[in-house]
Amino acid sequence: MSSNEKLVEFRNVSFRYGAEQPWVLKNCSFEIDREEWVAIIGHNGSGKSTIAKLMNGLLFPQEGEIYVAGKKVQEDTIWDVRKDVGMVFQNPDNQFVGTTVQDDVAFGMENRGFPREEMLQRLDDVLHAVGMVDYRLTEPHRLSGGQKQRIAIASVLAVSPKVLILDEATAMLDPRGRRDIMQTVAHLQANKDVSLLTITHDLQEIVQADRVIVMNEGQVWDESHPRELFSKQDDLLAIGLDVPFIASLAKALKQTGIPITKEPLNHEELLEELWTLHSRT
Amino acid sequence: MDITFENVSYIYQQHSPFAHKAIDQLSFHIPSGTFVAIVGHTGSGKSTLIQHLNGLVQPTAGKVKIGDFELTAEKKPKHLKQLRSKVGVVFQYPEHQLFEETVAKDISFGPKNFGVGDSEIQRRVTEALQAVGLSADYVERSPFDLSGGQMRRVAIAGVLATKPNVLVLDEPTAGLDPRGQKEMMEMFYERHRSEQLTTILVTHSMEDAVTYADHVIILNKGSKYMEGKPEEVFVQKEALQQVQLDVPEMVAFINRWNEKFHTKLPFTKQSERELATAITAVLKGGKSHE
Ligand SMILES: Nc1ncnc2c1ncn2[C@@H]1O[C@H](COP(=O)(O)OP(=O)(O)OP(=O)(O)O)[C@@H](O)[C@H]1O
Ligand SMILES: Nc1ncnc2c1ncn2[C@@H]1O[C@H](COP(=O)(O)OP(=O)(O)OP(=O)(O)O)[C@@H](O)[C@H]1O
Ligand SMILES: [Mg+2]
Ligand SMILES: [Mg+2]
Repeated sequence: MSSNEKLVEFRNVSFRYGAEQPWVLKNCSFEIDREEWVAIIGHNGSGKSTIAKLMNGLLFPQEGEIYVAGKKVQEDTIWDVRKDVGMVFQNPDNQFVGTTVQDDVAFGMENRGFPREEMLQRLDDVLHAVGMVDYRLTEPHRLSGGQKQRIAIASVLAVSPKVLILDEATAMLDPRGRRDIMQTVAHLQANKDVSLLTITHDLQEIVQADRVIVMNEGQVWDESHPRELFSKQDDLLAIGLDVPFIASLAKALKQTGIPITKEPLNHEELLEELWTLHSRT
Repeated sequence: MDITFENVSYIYQQHSPFAHKAIDQLSFHIPSGTFVAIVGHTGSGKSTLIQHLNGLVQPTAGKVKIGDFELTAEKKPKHLKQLRSKVGVVFQYPEHQLFEETVAKDISFGPKNFGVGDSEIQRRVTEALQAVGLSADYVERSPFDLSGGQMRRVAIAGVLATKPNVLVLDEPTAGLDPRGQKEMMEMFYERHRSEQLTTILVTHSMEDAVTYADHVIILNKGSKYMEGKPEEVFVQKEALQQVQLDVPEMVAFINRWNEKFHTKLPFTKQSERELATAITAVLKGGKSHE
């Protein structure tokens, strides 16, 4: 396979923050395909944000190689790489640059030389998409926690990156807001040839991903489809993680003697299976 | 300490074209020793509300009472430092409360500021680190060279070390891994009970609100929308959806199950195990356990 099919590739990557410091990533290899949605989960300090920072050249690995959209990430390519990678950081305060919401969202587009007409149109579109049109002239630091996250997301959506990385970007949103925003993002990803990488502790959020990478102590511990992953509840608990409510209920049902065969991903799936069992008796 | 809001309003940037009313004539009473959850959509005023509790902001109108301390538009409490030694606040973004060069110094800052002796501070730092699930190896690290979840833990440890009577938590589990979320909530709850704290938890997790709180206040656009016992408030699906909230996932599942199987299983804050047993009873043809 040529590396063009894969939008992101980590080849045996190891990283530490300093020569005296412990290795934070140890021999990590994985790929993200074009148009794929990959979720990364893992305990606090397992290396998730470090992976994100390596992807857009904020950090460089001591060992191994990283490729993004066919380019090797290194000092002389970072400006090109950053054009392809859009990232929302864990704390949105770290990425606000404009004095108003609209300046902030426009900033990335200006940098990439978007024509003015298109810029205004997109500004409008993304502020609508995240439900923040009324806040155009607000200073970013005067927003509530969840509002800041919405603006940070709008700013990266505006530049249509090839790879979109959301590092716990919805952690401060109410459940409805989180669902709406993820729907918007997923919709965009499906329509626009975008690879999506979401780093999250929200187990509900990974259900829709095509693949889940589980990090543990700096190593790739598992890579699987959510359905497969959720059948490993005990192992996940052992490394500080868990499964969503519906998987946990399915397990309890199995333990009380209900022969559930398909690991459910949502309420409908479990109710359907219970219904089938019910009608048979 | 009892906490009372009497017709409190708060306006950001008052007398400017950007004036924004974030709290609108809010009244409630929290008896000492209660565990209260405050829930509401993005921008509903939760963080603004809790900033009144340690005098970080003063109401634009109305009165806030925390024990014997009073805050009004005219009156700053006289002993602000004393108020802050009694009310510990964990802010929404942990970076906002970390500033020292090492974790140990950061956690010591609060108690030192309130005049606690050195050996007692030492003891508290050790104890607080343990409580938030960080090993002693962290003391000499810079709080800014930590992962998001590790920073969150240090910020919480810093507040615990001041041994407040009122513990105010603004989405304290955001950024923690699933085990961390559970352990942290259990730790808060344990302290709440053993030290007879008054605890105020701002959260987007209906599950945590139901599990730990005695009382829940729901905010909508800066006003009180509902309040009551969590198990009574969190079953009102239509009312919650009107303000962009939802019932806990367990309640949603039980509702759909009841519709499909024509049963009347109630929501009783049961565990998944208990729910599974009740469902199994129905499926196996026995009578439902209600
Ligand atoms: N700037 C830094 N200097 C030194 N060590 C760091 C730095 N940033 C992170 N680390 C360490 O590297 C490890 C991995 O951190 P990283 O931020 O990648 O974790 P994470 O998986 O994103 O965790 P979280 O879920 O808490 O956000 C942690 O042990 C952390 O303490
Ligand atoms: N410093 C500020 N200056 C002006 N307006 C502000 C400021 N901080 C918050 N606001 C506005 O006040 C309202 C309430 O904000 P607050 O931070 O209290 O909300 P919240 O309920 O905590 O929301 P979230 O769940 O997103 O954290 C919001 O509309 C917000 O835009
Ligand atoms: Mg992180
Ligand atoms: Mg807030």
